Amino acid sequence: MSFEFSGTFARWELFAWGALMTLGLSLAAMALGLLVGVAGAALRRSPILPLRLLVRAYVELIRNTPFLVQIYIVYFGLPALGLRLSPVVASVASMTIYAGAYLTETLRAGIENVPKAQTEAALALGLSTFACLRKVVLPQGLAAVYPALVSQFILLLLASSIASSVSTQELTGAANDIQGQTFRSFEAFLVVAAIYLAMTGLLRMALNALDRRLFSFRFVRT
Amino acid sequence: MFQTFNANHVMFLAAAAEWTVALSAIALLGGFLGGAALAWMRISGLRWASGFAQGFVYVVQGTPLLVQLFLAYFGAAFAGLDVPPLAAAAVALTLYASAFFGEMWRGALTAVPRGQRDAARALGLREGPILRKIVIPQAILPAIPPTIGFVVHLVKNTALASVIGFRELTRAGQLVANATFEPLPVFLTVAGFYFLLCYPLSLLAQWLEGRMQIGVKINTKNEGVLQ
Repeated sequence: MSFEFSGTFARWELFAWGALMTLGLSLAAMALGLLVGVAGAALRRSPILPLRLLVRAYVELIRNTPFLVQIYIVYFGLPALGLRLSPVVASVASMTIYAGAYLTETLRAGIENVPKAQTEAALALGLSTFACLRKVVLPQGLAAVYPALVSQFILLLLASSIASSVSTQELTGAANDIQGQTFRSFEAFLVVAAIYLAMTGLLRMALNALDRRLFSFRFVRT
Repeated sequence: MFQTFNANHVMFLAAAAEWTVALSAIALLGGFLGGAALAWMRISGLRWASGFAQGFVYVVQGTPLLVQLFLAYFGAAFAGLDVPPLAAAAVALTLYASAFFGEMWRGALTAVPRGQRDAARALGLREGPILRKIVIPQAILPAIPPTIGFVVHLVKNTALASVIGFRELTRAGQLVANATFEPLPVFLTVAGFYFLLCYPLSLLAQWLEGRMQIGVKINTKNEGVLQ
């Protein structure tokens, strides 16, 4: 029972590529998930009842089933319907669907945070519904829930490890490959855990620092 | 040669769902104890205890649960122990739940207005009774909805135990999918089982949260104190 890291460290390139893939998957899914979330949050306020119910069903179905099962459905299940996706595409797609459900709820809370008078004033000034959403409601709504969005991005990055179970070559997948070569499983996963820890720590710091820059208007006292 | 997905398979999945419930229950129980210990360490005022708890939570919340499961599983083998997947999964999920409960409950404890402690101290109560009789009773109610919300999260996350070979619902789903070559209906059924387990809890958490909000509104109206 002694540590033997040399074989693991020698394969540092695999970890580096894995970490890049993890970051790429998470960024792509977060960007797409935000689009889904904005659409979902907007539709939750739609006057058409079936649309509201549809969004609610989507949110509840995704939030009450495991991400692992969702990714299995997309990767192993959808080929039966003629939709065969590569591991990376299946991973990004499932992560987007997954993140979109949570982001719909977060963004809805953000939008509800914006006083109704703002919308009324914007519409009275002749802005279209879309322009009102984009220029008035969303910036303030996003600012209100920015810290929650940062947490969700971190959670999404951690969830991306599950993409390894459909053979996506991200960070956890790299550890799986390396332990298969070195037979030092514990060491490989210790290194990967440390990389995740560094990534989440740095990203959290960077994204929190961005807060003041992105939403400087929130810090202005009137 | 291949079986078609039938009622027997659904029964097989239902039996495996019991293991999902069992694993969730074990992790929940362990998480309650661990979470209480961590929350206490954070508010104890002891620097080493608080620092340890903070570091523990930071590591658990900054690494994927999947990696934690692998670490528990391979770590046991590394230590020369022959640990069944259930034990490794139970340990990993217990530590995971402890970290989240610890943070959640620390938040609830520190949300109790400081004046309450000061008043109790002024009345001559010692630290132990202050915590037991003044602070904790007021912290319990607001902590209930997020706690139930996390139980949903925990039940879903037991699915990851399938990756280290523990035969719960998701692992059973993989076995059936391999036997029938019909992964779509099989995993949709698996998802359905999880939904049946989780959705009632989600509804309960949402409902309770709504009730609490009413409480907060009344509270702020009467006292002008918003935590």
